[in-house]
Amino acid sequence: MSLQAKIQDVFNEPACDKNLLKDEKARKKGCSKPLTPGAAAGGCAFDGAKIVLQPITDAAHLIHGPLACEGNSYDNRHAASSGPLLYRTSFTTDVTELDVVMGQGEKKLYRAIREIVETHAPPAVFVYSTCVTALIGDDIEAVCKTASAKFATPVIPVIAPGFAGAKQLGNKLAGETLFDHVIGTAEPEVSTPTDINIIGEYNLSGELWQVEPLFRRLGIRLHACITGDARYRDVASAHRSRVNMMVCSAALINLARKMEERYGIPYFEGSFYGVEDTSDALRQTARLLVRTGADPDLLTRTEALIAEEEARVWARLAPYRPLLQGKRVLLYTGGVKSWSVVSALMEMGMEIVGTSVRKSTAEDKARIKQLMKDDPHMFEAIAPRDMYRMLKDREADIMLSGGRTQFIALKAKTPWMDINQERHDAFAGYDGMVEMVKKIAAAIHNPVWAAVRAPAPWETAEADDLFAPNFLADALVTPTFGGPVLTETVLADTLPQDAPALPAGAFLKAFAGSDAQELGEC
Amino acid sequence: MSIVVPVRKSATVNPLKQSAPLGAAMAYLGVEGAVPLFHGSQGCTAFALVLMVRHFKETIPIQTTAMNEVSTILGGADHLEEALLNLKSRMKPKLIGIASTALTETRGEDMAGEVRTILKRRADDLAGTTVVYASTPDFTGALEEGWAKATEAVIAGLVPETRVAGADPLAVNILVGQHLTPGDIEAVRDLVESFGLTPTLLPDISLSLDGTVPDAWVPTSYGGTPLAAIGAMGRAAATFAIGEHMAAPGRLLADRTGVPLTVQPSLTGLEAADAFVAALARLSGRPVPERQKRERSRLVDAMLDGHLIVGERKVAVAAEPDLLFAVTTLLAGLGARIVGAVSTAVGSRALERIPAEEVLIGDLGDLERLAREGDADLIATHSHGRQAAERLHRPHLRIGFPIFDRLGSQHKVSVGYAGTRALMFEIANLFQAEHHAPSPAGLDPFRDRPVPAALSPEPRPC
Ligand code: SF4
Repeated sequence: MSLQAKIQDVFNEPACDKNLLKDEKARKKGCSKPLTPGAAAGGCAFDGAKIVLQPITDAAHLIHGPLACEGNSYDNRHAASSGPLLYRTSFTTDVTELDVVMGQGEKKLYRAIREIVETHAPPAVFVYSTCVTALIGDDIEAVCKTASAKFATPVIPVIAPGFAGAKQLGNKLAGETLFDHVIGTAEPEVSTPTDINIIGEYNLSGELWQVEPLFRRLGIRLHACITGDARYRDVASAHRSRVNMMVCSAALINLARKMEERYGIPYFEGSFYGVEDTSDALRQTARLLVRTGADPDLLTRTEALIAEEEARVWARLAPYRPLLQGKRVLLYTGGVKSWSVVSALMEMGMEIVGTSVRKSTAEDKARIKQLMKDDPHMFEAIAPRDMYRMLKDREADIMLSGGRTQFIALKAKTPWMDINQERHDAFAGYDGMVEMVKKIAAAIHNPVWAAVRAPAPWETAEADDLFAPNFLADALVTPTFGGPVLTETVLADTLPQDAPALPAGAFLKAFAGSDAQELGEC
Repeated sequence: MSIVVPVRKSATVNPLKQSAPLGAAMAYLGVEGAVPLFHGSQGCTAFALVLMVRHFKETIPIQTTAMNEVSTILGGADHLEEALLNLKSRMKPKLIGIASTALTETRGEDMAGEVRTILKRRADDLAGTTVVYASTPDFTGALEEGWAKATEAVIAGLVPETRVAGADPLAVNILVGQHLTPGDIEAVRDLVESFGLTPTLLPDISLSLDGTVPDAWVPTSYGGTPLAAIGAMGRAAATFAIGEHMAAPGRLLADRTGVPLTVQPSLTGLEAADAFVAALARLSGRPVPERQKRERSRLVDAMLDGHLIVGERKVAVAAEPDLLFAVTTLLAGLGARIVGAVSTAVGSRALERIPAEEVLIGDLGDLERLAREGDADLIATHSHGRQAAERLHRPHLRIGFPIFDRLGSQHKVSVGYAGTRALMFEIANLFQAEHHAPSPAGLDPFRDRPVPAALSPEPRPC
């Protein structure tokens, strides 16, 4: 299938709820809006494809293109591995002008594959096309085919050049690649009636390891994670699992649906962010497993585990309530943002002054709306200038967002916590929620805010007095630094409220007409 | 002194290079009120932006013409024009610096011509904003080339052709190389000013990427060389280009203005610092300030102490040519041995003078191999070298770009007497931290040595 046909195909996703609402013509146009030159942000399709596939830890990932695509981007995520490290080595053909002019691209690619197979003997090599190699018409599929046969190693073409579209399209094309070239090409060594796959979980910061033990306690075997901490062979034999769980909104829904069609594996969409969502994921997995033939006793055991874990997590969260009561949070991310995170934060007494809903599913949006009762809280995007003003005016006590907006918050001297995929902390499952709340409390109550917000001595109202000749002498008598040490319990009531609380959602009115494209997230 | 060995393999393993457009963007950000604009697909911009954010810990304004497959094939002039107009109205920048990318260069458009046409047609819409263009295909060169090309573009766009060199006898132009940090640039400024001279530094990221907290939201670069100062560079008495890669912008400036050019390959190391200080003294007609004399003496003392630790150590270094030159000459000057030298571009004059037998044009895979083969005690490269350092169990001196796993890299100073001393101490301390106590096995003269049969420990018949 040509790239164009493939793109049409993924845009025509019948299982995508957004898509079902569109008419024939709108569907053909695809999900991605045309980008505005001079006002665009966000990664390309190649980026999206690599995000999905690179966590396969024992495979080699070779980028066929000029240096920029890989040289500027490698080693920038924290997909963790429990074993092989080959995926962290960056391979690229570094196509030069000479290669382009002389038409040497395909030969160089073939030789590069050979070098990798000879040095590392990986179970598979993924070869990614990029804009320039697609433009000059290198036949990557043909090279991969020849190399596969010649080197007796699966060499898989990933056709998602950057200019085909945005990151999300790349995610989907990677899913197609797995379906067309990998899944179903090997048989598992063992197979049990409680084998499952998790699709769309990349084990960033080791989050998979926060949830895998929950399944293990229920006797459920995680056969393949697609693709966090994955081994090539496990993905290749994923078609023998009984149930697919799909996480991270709709990025890989095409894969889940096609696996259901071809292999009869039922799937459900779920998330591990938040207490209810985690419980729900366990529950749904158990239900589908029982439906496909597992012992019905699994259901009872699952409910018991959920009850125990939920009681435990709420007990562990309780101490943070006094620290977070009444604090206002701005959620700005495409990542961790399911309604159940919102619900947990509200359970802590926090007020959500706004949440971005880009990349949220319709269902998620509806639930958030229901929770917050008032929809001006939801927005697609905020222009950086407005975000800065709002934070500077202290309309939120903390912003939870990703690295791109990090410095807007910090420069506005506002607490900030990373909840995007590039973060270093693991927030999945029950324990992850406790971790997240703990971090939020620590960020808001860090003594650094008082220090950095205080004006310099020469900027204060008493500046004249301060710099009067006897200032130094006075200061020696009454030291100005080092007051009583604040403890966590006193923090909540002693810290100054910086701004009077505004009516909820007031600031959002200011965003009318601001440019949503200035910042991309996730 | 060294032979430059070009790439021989097909698969680059853990790239050393970042792309030329990224270098160009960085240079543009050293001009006041600037926005860099990549002419290419949006993904390249996103990657460059994220990498710079990881290094500088700042929001970085870089924009893109957002080319797609169709516009690439049909030609991207429309996208370019739309992007310029959008940027102009949204950000009101003083300068828009365009950098081409591999995608638009592969198509072989006459972009310089197109930019001229757009500027002519849209003169009114773009009034008050200078637009400059640098050709920086990703497949040629790396950061240094992109940085230098952007500097040339700024000079070509903002320095008028004049013949009034020396009209400001105390004014000096410093064309700053890509390998200097904001901290370095500030040190150079202080040094020049200590001679009573007035420096114009270009590009000056010490005023834009130095991590300050401005009081208001600024969508463009929030500092950098003022446009007016660039326009007046033709009045200066002298130009110093720091690093070989800045020679070309220096020549362009000299051609346009007649201001005499001196290329100062490096400012790191006693000799290099001496040469620069002496030149400033000559130019200003002033004696060397007491403070600098004292710093020099401290550096000499530091070298006396440091050579005991650094001498005879084996080091493998990977960096772009001018940074490689600065660091390896410092190390070799203290008696260290360069067992591996890896760089990015053939054709730089800096590479021929690297104190190593060979300079390999290659990647961090090569660095790792050379370090292993040469049993290096230390590797020096940017943060991506961390995987190699872990595998080799060797300390890792972080130099260059990107440095994303250490704070404060933008403030590190390694130029002048004091900067050289600081860098040398950092290196010596990495070695000292690895101190190994003597052990009987380690000192055993027969360990690993084949023992001749005659001396073998079998009981001899008596
Ligand atoms: S947009 Fe194209 S050229 Fe740019 S990084 Fe993505 S694949 Fe590479």
